[in-house]
Amino acid sequence: MLTPSMTRKANPMILNIAIILVAQLVGEVLARLLALPIPGPVIGMALLLAGFMASPKLAERILPTSQGILAHLSLLFVPAGVGVISHVEVLGTSGLALMAALVGSTLLALIAGALTFVALARLTGSQEVKE
Amino acid sequence: MSDLPDIWSYLREGPLLWLTATLVAYLIGDALFRASARNPLVNPVLVAMVILGAVLWATATPYATYFEGAQFVHFMLGPATVALAGPLYSNLHHVRRTLLPMAGALIVGSVTAVASALWIAQALGVEAATMASLAPKSTTAPVAIGIAEQLGGLPTLTAALVIITGIIGAVVVTPLMNALRITDWRARGFSVGVAAHGIGTARAFQVNETAGAFAGIGMGLNALLTALIAPYVLGLFQ
Repeated sequence: MLTPSMTRKANPMILNIAIILVAQLVGEVLARLLALPIPGPVIGMALLLAGFMASPKLAERILPTSQGILAHLSLLFVPAGVGVISHVEVLGTSGLALMAALVGSTLLALIAGALTFVALARLTGSQEVKE
Repeated sequence: MSDLPDIWSYLREGPLLWLTATLVAYLIGDALFRASARNPLVNPVLVAMVILGAVLWATATPYATYFEGAQFVHFMLGPATVALAGPLYSNLHHVRRTLLPMAGALIVGSVTAVASALWIAQALGVEAATMASLAPKSTTAPVAIGIAEQLGGLPTLTAALVIITGIIGAVVVTPLMNALRITDWRARGFSVGVAAHGIGTARAFQVNETAGAFAGIGMGLNALLTALIAPYVLGLFQ
């Protein structure tokens, strides 16, 4: 929550973005330093989550900014997506076979994953909390 | 005063035009998506891709020139991944109670995604180098590219297969889950995060916040698991 005393301090939006970028930066450094197979931003996410759990105040101030970034997550995939269109020829002669593999495997993975989740949730009595 | 061709040749070389075009194309995609009563087939990423692909083709603009401007949007993928900590934290009370279903769905979903893709591709006669590019297609792009390089695949082909997989997942997940009568947002979100990474996760956030949070967890965990299992599963098909 914004209180009058906070608004006189540094711009909260810029500070929040800086905190997110620092988490990513530390993640990138750790990934390379320790030669981890995990991408830097995923480590940054884990670090920020640990920070939130250690300090609910930090979570409270960053949550609006993270929601703002995630609200249009789809937009961020557009540049790479355009790359696909301009590289259609790399799909080459096996294009149809690859499409069949992608469609088939995505359907199978969704069905298998969701059914496993539901079955194990029922088995362990883990119910969804509707809000 | 410059004439129009001069202004055009100035603009098409700089980042401003292509950054603006990326945002406008996405806004058109998003507007069509809303106008279609959120029909999953009218995926905003897909619409924007087609519009921008057509504009680049019509103006004979190389992808590298386009990316000079679009890279500012592309860059935000990293901070957005970090920002997933937000919905994860908000849904932590759900996550704690869901460890076993998540672990099971992760392993089953991840192995199914890699093995069934390779099985279908092999049955249809796809060659070995392409199989290596295909194996990591359900993971988020930067991880998938790293895995493909380790396996001897082509990174650009992997990037294309990753994006197409994400769009397929985003398009089919809602009708598929409805057909299976799965109403649990956790299961719907988690499975699409595992099968269709960030684009599936973005789709889940459009539908439901809990689904989005679980999709984010599924995407992150699957990036780790696929890096571990892809070499072994690929070995079974060679």
